Amino acid sequence: MKGEVVSAVVTQSDATGVRPADPASAAAWDIAAKVADPEVPVLTIEDLGVLRSVHSDGHRVQVVLTPTYSGCPAIEQMRDDVILQLTAAGYDRVDVAFTLSPAWTTDWMSEAGRVKLERYGIAPPNGRAPVRRGPLPVSVAVKCPRCHSLRTREVSRYGSTSCKALYECLECQEPFDFFKVH
Amino acid sequence: MTAEAPVDHGHDGEFDHHGDVAVDALDLADELPGAGGIASPDVAEYALRLGDDALILSQQLGWWISRAPELEEDLALGNIGLDLLGHARALLRYAGTASGRTEDDLAYWRDEHEFRCCWLVQQPNGDFADTIARQLLFSTYQVELYDALEHSPDPALQAIAAKAAREVAYHRDHAVQWTLRLAGGTEESRRRIVRALGDIWAYADEPFQDDELIDRLGDVVPRPSTLRAGFDAAIDAVFAEAELERPAAKPAMARGRSGSHTSYLGYILAEMQWLARRHPGAKW
Repeated sequence: MKGEVVSAVVTQSDATGVRPADPASAAAWDIAAKVADPEVPVLTIEDLGVLRSVHSDGHRVQVVLTPTYSGCPAIEQMRDDVILQLTAAGYDRVDVAFTLSPAWTTDWMSEAGRVKLERYGIAPPNGRAPVRRGPLPVSVAVKCPRCHSLRTREVSRYGSTSCKALYECLECQEPFDFFKVH
Repeated sequence: MTAEAPVDHGHDGEFDHHGDVAVDALDLADELPGAGGIASPDVAEYALRLGDDALILSQQLGWWISRAPELEEDLALGNIGLDLLGHARALLRYAGTASGRTEDDLAYWRDEHEFRCCWLVQQPNGDFADTIARQLLFSTYQVELYDALEHSPDPALQAIAAKAAREVAYHRDHAVQWTLRLAGGTEESRRRIVRALGDIWAYADEPFQDDELIDRLGDVVPRPSTLRAGFDAAIDAVFAEAELERPAAKPAMARGRSGSHTSYLGYILAEMQWLARRHPGAKW
Protein backbone atom coordinates (compact mmCIF):
# COMPACT_ATOMS: atom_id res chain seq x y z
CA MET A 1 0.00 0.00 0.00
CA LYS A 2 1.39 3.36 -1.01
CA GLY A 3 1.23 6.25 1.38
CA GLU A 4 1.81 6.43 5.07
CA VAL A 5 -1.14 5.25 7.09
CA VAL A 6 -1.96 7.29 10.12
CA SER A 7 -5.11 7.31 12.11
CA ALA A 8 -6.09 9.02 15.28
CA VAL A 9 -9.02 9.95 17.39
CA VAL A 10 -9.96 13.57 17.61
CA THR A 11 -12.79 15.10 19.53
CA GLN A 12 -13.37 18.26 17.59
CA SER A 13 -12.61 19.49 14.14
CA ASP A 14 -14.24 21.31 11.29
CA ALA A 15 -16.09 18.06 10.69
CA THR A 16 -19.15 19.44 9.00
CA GLY A 17 -19.91 16.71 6.46
CA VAL A 18 -19.96 19.24 3.62
CA ARG A 19 -18.06 18.80 0.36
CA PRO A 20 -15.15 21.26 0.47
CA ALA A 21 -15.12 24.28 -1.82
CA ASP A 22 -11.46 24.26 -2.88
CA PRO A 23 -10.89 22.08 -5.97
CA ALA A 24 -8.02 19.97 -4.56
CA SER A 25 -9.96 18.96 -1.47
CA ALA A 26 -13.18 18.49 -3.44
CA ALA A 27 -11.42 16.08 -5.81
CA ALA A 28 -10.22 13.98 -2.85
CA TRP A 29 -13.67 14.19 -1.25
CA ASP A 30 -15.26 12.77 -4.40
CA ILE A 31 -13.00 9.72 -4.22
CA ALA A 32 -13.51 9.11 -0.48
CA ALA A 33 -17.25 9.71 -0.85
CA LYS A 34 -17.64 6.62 -3.05
CA VAL A 35 -16.52 4.20 -0.31
CA ALA A 36 -19.42 1.93 0.63
CA ASP A 37 -20.62 0.98 4.10
CA PRO A 38 -19.43 -2.65 4.47
CA GLU A 39 -22.58 -3.61 6.39
CA VAL A 40 -25.11 -1.79 4.20
CA PRO A 41 -23.23 -1.74 0.89
CA VAL A 42 -25.96 0.18 -0.92
CA LEU A 43 -24.97 3.28 1.08
CA THR A 44 -21.76 5.26 0.70
CA ILE A 45 -20.06 6.85 3.67
CA GLU A 46 -21.21 10.19 2.26
CA ASP A 47 -24.86 9.01 2.18
CA LEU A 48 -24.52 7.84 5.80
CA GLY A 49 -23.04 11.10 7.01
CA VAL A 50 -19.94 9.26 8.25
CA LEU A 51 -17.59 11.28 6.00
CA ARG A 52 -17.12 14.53 7.89
CA SER A 53 -14.23 16.40 6.24
CA VAL A 54 -11.52 16.08 3.60
CA HIS A 55 -8.53 18.38 3.16
CA SER A 56 -5.98 18.01 0.40
CA ASP A 57 -3.25 19.91 -1.41
CA GLY A 58 -3.30 17.40 -4.26
CA HIS A 59 -0.60 15.21 -2.66
CA ARG A 60 -1.57 14.68 0.95
CA VAL A 61 -5.08 14.04 2.21
CA GLN A 62 -6.55 14.37 5.68
CA VAL A 63 -9.90 12.67 6.15
CA VAL A 64 -12.14 12.77 9.21
CA LEU A 65 -14.75 10.06 9.76
CA THR A 66 -17.24 9.62 12.58
CA PRO A 67 -18.60 6.26 13.76
CA THR A 68 -22.36 5.68 13.63
CA TYR A 69 -22.66 3.88 16.98
CA SER A 70 -19.80 3.91 19.52
CA GLY A 71 -19.07 0.23 19.02
CA CYS A 72 -19.68 0.04 15.29
CA PRO A 73 -17.07 -2.43 13.98
CA ALA A 74 -17.47 -1.19 10.39
CA ILE A 75 -15.61 2.07 11.00
CA GLU A 76 -12.19 0.44 10.76
CA GLN A 77 -13.09 -1.18 7.46
CA MET A 78 -14.31 2.20 6.20
CA ARG A 79 -10.99 3.75 7.22
CA ASP A 80 -9.04 1.07 5.37
CA ASP A 81 -11.21 1.46 2.28
CA VAL A 82 -10.77 5.25 2.27
CA ILE A 83 -6.99 4.81 2.47
CA LEU A 84 -7.08 2.18 -0.26
CA GLN A 85 -9.14 4.30 -2.67
CA LEU A 86 -7.12 7.48 -2.13
CA THR A 87 -3.73 5.79 -2.39
CA ALA A 88 -4.93 3.98 -5.53
CA ALA A 89 -5.82 7.41 -6.93
CA GLY A 90 -2.20 8.49 -6.46
CA TYR A 91 -2.15 10.45 -3.21
CA ASP A 92 1.20 10.19 -1.42
CA ARG A 93 -0.02 10.28 2.13
CA VAL A 94 -3.48 9.66 3.58
CA ASP A 95 -4.32 10.46 7.19
CA VAL A 96 -7.65 9.28 8.55
CA ALA A 97 -8.86 10.54 11.91
CA PHE A 98 -12.00 9.64 13.81
CA THR A 99 -14.09 12.21 15.57
CA LEU A 100 -16.80 11.52 18.16
CA SER A 101 -18.07 15.06 18.29
CA PRO A 102 -20.56 16.14 17.18
CA ALA A 103 -22.20 12.76 17.66
CA TRP A 104 -23.49 11.08 14.51
CA THR A 105 -27.23 11.17 13.89
CA THR A 106 -29.43 9.70 11.17
CA ASP A 107 -30.46 13.31 10.46
CA TRP A 108 -27.21 13.45 8.46
CA MET A 109 -28.30 10.70 6.09
CA SER A 110 -28.75 12.10 2.59
CA GLU A 111 -32.06 12.01 0.73
CA ALA A 112 -30.38 9.92 -1.95
CA GLY A 113 -29.28 7.51 0.78
CA ARG A 114 -32.83 7.19 2.11
CA VAL A 115 -34.17 6.37 -1.36
CA LYS A 116 -31.41 3.81 -1.93
CA LEU A 117 -32.10 2.17 1.44
CA GLU A 118 -35.80 1.74 0.72
CA ARG A 119 -35.10 0.27 -2.72
CA TYR A 120 -32.68 -2.13 -1.05
CA GLY A 121 -35.44 -3.36 1.28
CA ILE A 122 -34.49 -1.47 4.44
CA ALA A 123 -36.99 1.07 5.79
CA PRO A 124 -35.11 4.39 6.12
CA PRO A 125 -35.21 6.50 9.33
CA ASN A 126 -38.68 7.98 9.46
CA GLY A 127 -38.20 11.24 11.28
CA ARG A 128 -35.68 13.44 12.97
CA ALA A 129 -33.78 12.50 16.12
CA PRO A 130 -35.38 14.13 19.17
CA VAL A 131 -33.47 17.07 20.59
CA ARG A 132 -34.44 16.23 24.15
CA ARG A 133 -35.61 12.80 25.14
CA GLY A 134 -39.04 12.71 26.66
CA PRO A 135 -40.11 10.16 29.26
CA LEU A 136 -41.97 8.18 26.61
CA PRO A 137 -40.55 7.78 23.13
CA VAL A 138 -43.20 8.61 20.53
CA SER A 139 -43.22 5.92 17.90
CA VAL A 140 -44.12 6.83 14.35
CA ALA A 141 -45.44 4.13 12.03
CA VAL A 142 -42.69 2.52 9.96
CA LYS A 143 -43.52 2.05 6.29
CA CYS A 144 -42.94 -1.38 4.73
CA PRO A 145 -40.21 -0.94 2.08
CA ARG A 146 -41.90 -3.55 -0.14
CA CYS A 147 -45.63 -2.83 -0.19
CA HIS A 148 -45.50 0.63 1.51
CA SER A 149 -48.15 -0.32 4.05
CA LEU A 150 -48.04 1.46 7.40
CA ARG A 151 -49.49 -1.63 9.10
CA THR A 152 -46.20 -2.90 10.45
CA ARG A 153 -44.96 -3.97 13.86
CA GLU A 154 -41.64 -4.12 15.65
CA VAL A 155 -40.45 -7.69 16.10
CA SER A 156 -37.18 -6.86 17.83
CA ARG A 157 -35.70 -3.59 19.03
CA TYR A 158 -32.29 -4.83 17.92
CA GLY A 159 -31.41 -6.22 14.52
CA SER A 160 -28.50 -7.51 12.48
CA THR A 161 -26.40 -4.39 13.15
CA SER A 162 -26.42 -1.67 15.81
CA CYS A 163 -28.22 0.76 13.53
CA LYS A 164 -31.23 -1.44 12.70
CA ALA A 165 -34.35 -2.92 14.30
CA LEU A 166 -36.37 -5.85 12.99
CA TYR A 167 -39.93 -5.26 11.76
CA GLU A 168 -42.62 -7.22 10.00
CA CYS A 169 -45.35 -6.04 7.64
CA LEU A 170 -48.87 -7.08 8.63
CA GLU A 171 -50.07 -6.45 5.06
CA CYS A 172 -47.58 -8.39 2.90
CA GLN A 173 -46.32 -10.54 5.84
CA GLU A 174 -42.68 -9.90 4.99
CA PRO A 175 -40.06 -9.19 7.66
CA PHE A 176 -37.76 -6.23 7.04
CA ASP A 177 -34.99 -4.17 8.63
CA PHE A 178 -35.67 -0.64 9.83
CA PHE A 179 -32.79 1.84 10.02
CA LYS A 180 -33.52 3.35 13.45
CA VAL A 181 -33.90 7.09 14.01
CA HIS A 182 -30.88 7.97 16.10
CA MET B 1 1.60 2.37 12.71
CA THR B 2 2.83 -0.27 15.09
CA ALA B 3 4.27 0.05 18.53
CA GLU B 4 6.62 -2.68 19.56
CA ALA B 5 8.38 -0.35 21.95
CA PRO B 6 8.68 -1.61 25.52
CA VAL B 7 5.71 -0.64 27.62
CA ASP B 8 5.80 -0.66 31.37
CA HIS B 9 2.71 -2.45 32.55
CA GLY B 10 3.37 -1.82 36.16
CA HIS B 11 4.55 -5.32 36.99
CA ASP B 12 7.47 -4.28 39.15
CA GLY B 13 9.23 -2.57 36.29
CA GLU B 14 9.03 -5.62 34.09
CA PHE B 15 8.74 -4.76 30.42
CA ASP B 16 6.50 -6.64 28.03
CA HIS B 17 6.62 -6.60 24.26
CA HIS B 18 3.22 -7.07 22.80
CA GLY B 19 0.30 -5.57 21.09
CA ASP B 20 -0.60 -4.13 17.77
CA VAL B 21 -1.48 -0.49 17.95
CA ALA B 22 -3.67 0.42 15.03
CA VAL B 23 -4.88 3.67 16.46
CA ASP B 24 -2.27 5.91 17.96
CA ALA B 25 -3.69 9.12 19.30
CA LEU B 26 -0.53 10.06 21.13
CA ASP B 27 1.72 10.93 18.23
CA LEU B 28 -0.94 12.93 16.49
CA ALA B 29 -2.35 14.77 19.44
CA ASP B 30 -0.54 17.97 18.53
CA GLU B 31 -0.97 17.72 14.80
CA LEU B 32 -4.69 17.54 14.46
CA PRO B 33 -7.06 20.38 15.16
CA GLY B 34 -8.75 19.96 18.50
CA ALA B 35 -7.22 16.55 19.13
CA GLY B 36 -8.27 14.77 22.28
CA GLY B 37 -5.17 15.69 24.19
CA ILE B 38 -3.66 14.09 27.25
CA ALA B 39 -5.76 13.27 30.28
CA SER B 40 -4.49 14.46 33.66
CA PRO B 41 -3.88 11.64 36.17
CA ASP B 42 -7.17 12.37 37.96
CA VAL B 43 -9.22 12.53 34.76
CA ALA B 44 -7.52 9.31 33.62
CA GLU B 45 -8.50 7.57 36.87
CA TYR B 46 -12.09 8.72 36.38
CA ALA B 47 -12.13 7.55 32.76
CA LEU B 48 -10.77 4.21 33.98
CA ARG B 49 -13.73 3.78 36.36
CA LEU B 50 -16.25 4.41 33.60
CA GLY B 51 -14.28 2.46 31.02
CA ASP B 52 -13.89 -0.57 33.30
CA ASP B 53 -17.62 -0.58 34.11
CA ALA B 54 -18.43 -0.63 30.40
CA LEU B 55 -15.74 -3.18 29.54
CA ILE B 56 -16.68 -5.71 32.21
CA LEU B 57 -20.42 -5.48 31.53
CA SER B 58 -19.75 -5.82 27.81
CA GLN B 59 -17.71 -8.97 28.46
CA GLN B 60 -20.52 -10.39 30.60
CA LEU B 61 -23.25 -9.66 28.03
CA GLY B 62 -21.30 -11.37 25.28
CA TRP B 63 -21.88 -14.67 27.11
CA TRP B 64 -25.57 -14.49 26.22
CA ILE B 65 -25.01 -14.77 22.48
CA SER B 66 -26.54 -18.15 21.54
CA ARG B 67 -27.86 -18.62 25.10
CA ALA B 68 -30.66 -16.04 25.42
CA PRO B 69 -34.29 -17.22 25.64
CA GLU B 70 -34.91 -16.16 22.04
CA LEU B 71 -32.85 -15.17 19.02
CA GLU B 72 -33.98 -11.55 19.27
CA GLU B 73 -32.41 -11.37 22.73
CA ASP B 74 -29.13 -12.83 21.49
CA LEU B 75 -29.11 -9.83 19.15
CA ALA B 76 -30.23 -7.32 21.75
CA LEU B 77 -27.76 -8.28 24.48
CA GLY B 78 -24.99 -8.66 21.92
CA ASN B 79 -25.69 -5.22 20.48
CA ILE B 80 -25.86 -3.61 23.93
CA GLY B 81 -22.51 -5.23 24.72
CA LEU B 82 -21.09 -3.85 21.48
CA ASP B 83 -22.16 -0.31 22.36
CA LEU B 84 -20.57 -0.73 25.79
CA LEU B 85 -17.37 -2.01 24.22
CA GLY B 86 -17.30 1.13 22.07
CA HIS B 87 -17.63 3.30 25.18
CA ALA B 88 -14.95 1.25 26.96
CA ARG B 89 -12.51 1.60 24.07
CA ALA B 90 -12.90 5.39 23.90
CA LEU B 91 -12.64 5.77 27.69
CA LEU B 92 -9.66 3.46 28.11
CA ARG B 93 -7.88 5.04 25.16
CA TYR B 94 -8.31 8.42 26.81
CA ALA B 95 -7.30 7.09 30.23
CA GLY B 96 -4.17 5.60 28.67
CA THR B 97 -2.96 8.97 27.40
CA ALA B 98 -1.94 9.82 30.96
CA SER B 99 0.47 6.89 31.23
CA GLY B 100 1.38 6.13 27.63
CA ARG B 101 -0.68 2.94 27.56
CA THR B 102 -3.06 1.81 24.82
CA GLU B 103 -6.63 0.61 25.28
CA ASP B 104 -5.36 -2.96 24.83
CA ASP B 105 -2.64 -2.50 27.45
CA LEU B 106 -5.31 -1.42 29.90
CA ALA B 107 -7.87 -4.08 29.00
CA TYR B 108 -5.57 -7.09 28.79
CA TRP B 109 -2.49 -6.36 30.88
CA ARG B 110 -3.85 -5.07 34.15
CA ASP B 111 -4.51 -7.44 37.00
CA GLU B 112 -7.61 -7.63 39.15
CA HIS B 113 -6.59 -5.03 41.76
CA GLU B 114 -5.83 -2.50 39.01
CA PHE B 115 -9.42 -2.55 37.70
CA ARG B 116 -11.78 0.16 38.88
CA CYS B 117 -15.19 -1.26 37.96
CA CYS B 118 -18.10 -1.20 40.40
CA TRP B 119 -19.43 -4.44 41.89
CA LEU B 120 -22.75 -4.12 40.08
CA VAL B 121 -21.22 -5.02 36.71
CA GLN B 122 -19.34 -7.96 38.26
CA GLN B 123 -22.50 -9.71 39.42
CA PRO B 124 -23.11 -12.96 37.56
CA ASN B 125 -25.37 -13.14 34.52
CA GLY B 126 -27.53 -15.63 36.43
CA ASP B 127 -30.78 -16.31 34.64
CA PHE B 128 -32.38 -13.93 32.16
CA ALA B 129 -34.18 -12.06 34.95
CA ASP B 130 -30.87 -11.50 36.79
CA THR B 131 -29.34 -10.02 33.67
CA ILE B 132 -32.37 -7.81 33.04
CA ALA B 133 -32.35 -6.58 36.66
CA ARG B 134 -28.65 -5.72 36.36
CA GLN B 135 -29.32 -3.98 33.03
CA LEU B 136 -32.18 -1.99 34.52
CA LEU B 137 -30.08 -0.62 37.38
CA PHE B 138 -26.91 -0.05 35.40
CA SER B 139 -28.44 1.48 32.28
CA THR B 140 -30.62 3.78 34.40
CA TYR B 141 -27.47 4.93 36.22
CA GLN B 142 -25.68 5.41 32.90
CA VAL B 143 -28.47 7.55 31.46
CA GLU B 144 -28.14 9.92 34.42
CA LEU B 145 -24.35 9.81 34.23
CA TYR B 146 -23.92 10.54 30.55
CA ASP B 147 -26.68 13.16 30.43
CA ALA B 148 -24.68 15.07 33.05
CA LEU B 149 -21.18 14.28 31.75
CA GLU B 150 -22.26 15.59 28.35
CA HIS B 151 -21.76 19.06 29.89
CA SER B 152 -18.23 18.42 31.15
CA PRO B 153 -15.65 21.09 30.25
CA ASP B 154 -13.27 18.25 29.34
CA PRO B 155 -13.70 17.92 25.54
CA ALA B 156 -12.91 14.20 25.39
CA LEU B 157 -15.27 13.23 28.22
CA GLN B 158 -17.90 15.53 26.72
CA ALA B 159 -17.64 13.90 23.30
CA ILE B 160 -17.71 10.33 24.63
CA ALA B 161 -20.68 11.11 26.90
CA ALA B 162 -22.70 12.91 24.22
CA LYS B 163 -22.42 9.90 21.96
CA ALA B 164 -23.03 7.33 24.69
CA ALA B 165 -26.05 9.16 26.14
CA ARG B 166 -28.36 8.24 23.27
CA GLU B 167 -27.15 4.67 23.18
CA VAL B 168 -27.63 3.94 26.87
CA ALA B 169 -31.13 5.45 26.71
CA TYR B 170 -31.98 2.70 24.24
CA HIS B 171 -30.42 0.12 26.57
CA ARG B 172 -32.62 1.37 29.37
CA ASP B 173 -35.72 1.14 27.19
CA HIS B 174 -34.86 -2.50 26.53
CA ALA B 175 -34.41 -3.26 30.24
CA VAL B 176 -37.62 -1.40 31.17
CA GLN B 177 -39.68 -3.27 28.59
CA TRP B 178 -38.40 -6.62 29.87
CA THR B 179 -38.88 -5.69 33.51
CA LEU B 180 -42.52 -4.83 32.78
CA ARG B 181 -42.97 -7.96 30.72
CA LEU B 182 -41.45 -10.28 33.31
CA ALA B 183 -43.31 -8.63 36.21
CA GLY B 184 -46.61 -8.73 34.35
CA GLY B 185 -46.09 -12.15 32.76
CA THR B 186 -46.54 -15.48 34.46
CA GLU B 187 -46.26 -16.21 38.17
CA GLU B 188 -42.89 -17.76 37.45
CA SER B 189 -41.53 -14.79 35.48
CA ARG B 190 -42.72 -12.42 38.20
CA ARG B 191 -41.17 -14.54 40.94
CA ARG B 192 -37.86 -14.47 39.09
CA ILE B 193 -37.68 -10.72 38.43
CA VAL B 194 -38.66 -9.99 42.05
CA ARG B 195 -35.90 -12.30 43.29
CA ALA B 196 -33.38 -10.89 40.78
CA LEU B 197 -34.06 -7.28 41.80
CA GLY B 198 -33.79 -8.26 45.47
CA ASP B 199 -30.42 -9.92 44.86
CA ILE B 200 -28.90 -7.07 42.81
CA TRP B 201 -30.24 -4.12 44.80
CA ALA B 202 -27.38 -4.11 47.31
CA TYR B 203 -25.01 -3.12 44.50
CA ALA B 204 -27.06 -0.16 43.26
CA ASP B 205 -25.44 2.19 45.77
CA GLU B 206 -21.75 2.09 44.83
CA PRO B 207 -21.87 3.98 41.49
CA PHE B 208 -23.35 6.99 43.32
CA GLN B 209 -20.64 7.29 45.97
CA ASP B 210 -18.42 10.38 46.02
CA ASP B 211 -14.82 10.13 47.11
CA GLU B 212 -11.57 12.12 47.15
CA LEU B 213 -11.03 11.73 43.42
CA ILE B 214 -14.43 13.25 42.77
CA ASP B 215 -13.60 16.11 45.16
CA ARG B 216 -10.37 16.81 43.31
CA LEU B 217 -12.10 16.76 39.91
CA GLY B 218 -14.48 19.48 41.01
CA ASP B 219 -16.62 20.75 38.12
CA VAL B 220 -14.94 18.55 35.52
CA VAL B 221 -17.34 15.66 36.21
CA PRO B 222 -20.77 15.38 37.81
CA ARG B 223 -20.68 14.32 41.47
CA PRO B 224 -22.04 10.75 41.51
CA SER B 225 -24.26 11.50 44.53
CA THR B 226 -26.12 14.15 42.52
CA LEU B 227 -27.17 11.52 39.99
CA ARG B 228 -29.04 9.45 42.57
CA ALA B 229 -32.30 11.44 42.59
CA GLY B 230 -32.81 11.02 38.86
CA PHE B 231 -32.02 7.33 39.13
CA ASP B 232 -34.48 6.84 42.00
CA ALA B 233 -37.26 8.68 40.16
CA ALA B 234 -36.78 6.63 37.00
CA ILE B 235 -36.58 3.32 38.87
CA ASP B 236 -39.58 4.14 41.05
CA ALA B 237 -41.62 4.92 37.94
CA VAL B 238 -40.77 1.51 36.49
CA PHE B 239 -41.52 -0.24 39.78
CA ALA B 240 -44.87 1.56 40.03
CA GLU B 241 -45.88 0.52 36.53
CA ALA B 242 -44.69 -3.05 37.11
CA GLU B 243 -46.37 -3.11 40.57
CA LEU B 244 -43.10 -4.03 42.18
CA GLU B 245 -41.83 -2.90 45.55
CA ARG B 246 -38.44 -1.32 45.95
CA PRO B 247 -36.18 -4.03 47.45
CA ALA B 248 -35.09 -3.52 51.05
CA ALA B 249 -31.50 -4.80 50.77
CA LYS B 250 -28.85 -2.69 52.50
CA PRO B 251 -26.02 -1.36 50.32
CA ALA B 252 -23.07 -3.74 49.94
CA MET B 253 -19.71 -2.55 51.29
CA ALA B 254 -18.49 -2.33 47.71
CA ARG B 255 -14.99 -0.98 47.04
CA GLY B 256 -14.55 -1.49 43.32
CA ARG B 257 -13.32 2.06 42.74
CA SER B 258 -10.27 1.42 44.91
CA GLY B 259 -9.51 -1.96 43.34
CA SER B 260 -11.09 -4.29 45.89
CA HIS B 261 -13.42 -6.63 44.06
CA THR B 262 -15.88 -9.49 44.31
CA SER B 263 -14.59 -13.00 43.75
CA TYR B 264 -16.37 -12.98 40.37
CA LEU B 265 -14.05 -10.47 38.71
CA GLY B 266 -11.01 -12.73 38.58
CA TYR B 267 -12.91 -15.34 36.57
CA ILE B 268 -14.25 -12.72 34.18
CA LEU B 269 -10.75 -11.35 33.62
CA ALA B 270 -9.27 -14.81 33.19
CA GLU B 271 -11.61 -15.48 30.30
CA MET B 272 -11.25 -12.00 28.83
CA GLN B 273 -7.46 -11.79 29.05
CA TRP B 274 -6.08 -15.26 28.45
CA LEU B 275 -5.87 -15.08 24.68
CA ALA B 276 -4.13 -11.70 24.61
CA ARG B 277 -1.66 -12.90 27.24
CA ARG B 278 -1.09 -16.33 25.75
CA HIS B 279 -0.56 -14.91 22.25
CA PRO B 280 0.72 -11.34 22.67
CA GLY B 281 0.00 -9.23 19.61
CA ALA B 282 -2.51 -11.72 18.20
CA LYS B 283 -4.70 -10.18 15.53
CA TRP B 284 -8.17 -11.20 14.45
